[in-house]
Amino acid sequence: MQLTTDRSNRGAAREEARRRKSRRGAGVSAISSVVVIGGLIALVVSSKGWPAVQETFFSWAAFKDSFPEVLRGFWLDVKLFICVEIVVLVLGLVIALCRITSAAALYPIRLLAIVYTDLFRGVPTILVIYLIGFGLPALELSGVPTSPVLLGGLALALSYSAYVAEVYRAGIDSIHPSQKASALSLGLTNTQSLRLVILPQAVRRVVPPLLNDFISLQKDVALVSVLGPLEAFRVAQISASSNFNYTPLIAAAVLYLCVTVPLARVLDRMQARRGQLDGVGTVR
Amino acid sequence: MTQTPVIEVDGVTKAFGDNQVLKGVDLTLTEHNAVALIGASGSGKSTLLRCIDLLVEIDDGDVLLDGEVITDPSCNLVEARRRLGFVFQAFNLFPHLTVRENVVLGPIHAHGRPRAQADEEAHELLKRFGLDKRADAYPDTLSGGQQQRVALVRALASRPRALLLDEITSSLDPELVGEVLELVVELKAEGMTMMIATHEMSFAREVADEVCFLSEGRIAERGDPEQVLGDPQQPETQKFLRRLLEAGRL
Ligand SMILES: Nc1ncnc2c1ncn2[C@@H]1O[C@H](COP(=O)(O)OP(=O)(O)OP(=O)(O)O)[C@@H](O)[C@H]1O
Ligand SMILES: [Mg+2]
Repeated sequence: MQLTTDRSNRGAAREEARRRKSRRGAGVSAISSVVVIGGLIALVVSSKGWPAVQETFFSWAAFKDSFPEVLRGFWLDVKLFICVEIVVLVLGLVIALCRITSAAALYPIRLLAIVYTDLFRGVPTILVIYLIGFGLPALELSGVPTSPVLLGGLALALSYSAYVAEVYRAGIDSIHPSQKASALSLGLTNTQSLRLVILPQAVRRVVPPLLNDFISLQKDVALVSVLGPLEAFRVAQISASSNFNYTPLIAAAVLYLCVTVPLARVLDRMQARRGQLDGVGTVR
Repeated sequence: MTQTPVIEVDGVTKAFGDNQVLKGVDLTLTEHNAVALIGASGSGKSTLLRCIDLLVEIDDGDVLLDGEVITDPSCNLVEARRRLGFVFQAFNLFPHLTVRENVVLGPIHAHGRPRAQADEEAHELLKRFGLDKRADAYPDTLSGGQQQRVALVRALASRPRALLLDEITSSLDPELVGEVLELVVELKAEGMTMMIATHEMSFAREVADEVCFLSEGRIAERGDPEQVLGDPQQPETQKFLRRLLEAGRL
């Protein structure tokens, strides 16, 4: 076998080969993306119904017309999911803690927490929104809010807290019992070892699944529209039916993507980093 | 010389389901002394130490700390644990806290010491154990030997009445065992009261005032290290030591 390089510059040669390979890789992926995506677009655009679809779904004029209004509606969505996320973070933790209490005197609380999570995880979110949005005001209790935004937010918070509580609980369960033994051996109380040792580790571990739940919450705020508030989807719907053009719905979809995609990328990066750490770190 | 008992174990029994691990253990640890617990794997050394630190609830018998029955249901177990230090086989450091934070957690939260004082004392201890440069590191980034030294410092930081050491070198690479055992010998020389479960017979010989051989849920033989390890009287002890000898671990 003949060597094309002598020992002294084999490092440089290897580097050059690697660069060539990655350049070739980038070229191949660019070309194949263009071919696949271009092919799909061509397929859609050349279909018989495309001119009609383009007019009703992708009309630039209709997009420009409706966008400001849809955006204003979307601002309500943003405010709503931020508030609901904060409530869910706290309420979910409280419910998780209720579920893990072992004190006999607190048995009813544990039972309630179990019933709560079963109930709100088992019923479709849209049904919860209907029942709370229309049922709660019908009781005509004094002090119960009647604003559909508040009621919708409440329904979402109740529904998502049930999921998030389970996420927290799984995180707490995943902390090895030796950590608790270690905390107790230092003379910490049960509550202190939970607060200072178990929870900080558990919460760190469940950040990715929590973000995942938040991605679905950020689009589920659109469900509140069934109660009537003018959020992005509802605005788009109204605009669409009054102009017989569905483009405003596309505008709304773009706006939802603007908040869910960045969060998905943050989540990807977090998991990639964690994967690296797990690969290097010792497993105990 | 009168010897003050620090820990007294009186007829302690413990079963896990059908598995009767301790069948009545009697043991006294006096001030400034070290007792080495030896015995086959699964003989209940860890269980006994955990029972003493009230991490495991005993079935019958008593454990006394400075004359007080700490296994009595009316006794405040958190308060009793504060007077004892425990070092685990697997270190069990808190991975989300730095070395310094691991060390000051007990003093601050269990003993209510001011943070400045706790930090100061932690610094002194870490320095003595050659760990002051790693005070801001996280446990994951330390070697096994360093982690176990941190665990020792963490147990010492609460100024315990006695230390319970559970096979603290068993999960270390052989070349790291020495640096940890050295420290225990040093602590002994300073008068620390210790109960030490161990598989290292030469270490038991060096540091212990008394060796107790645990077998079948009881202390089968006890006495001076030279006598128990060099000239055992009980057949079980002889058998155990012969097996260690054959495995080249004596
Ligand atoms: N939490 C537990 N639940 C059930 N069984 C247990 C528990 N802890 C210990 N055991 C059992 O008790 C027995 C004694 O275990 P222990 O860990 O005390 O032995 P050991 O002498 O420390 O052994 P080693 O030298 O391997 O550490 C074993 O049979 C073990 O399976
Ligand atoms: Mg053990």
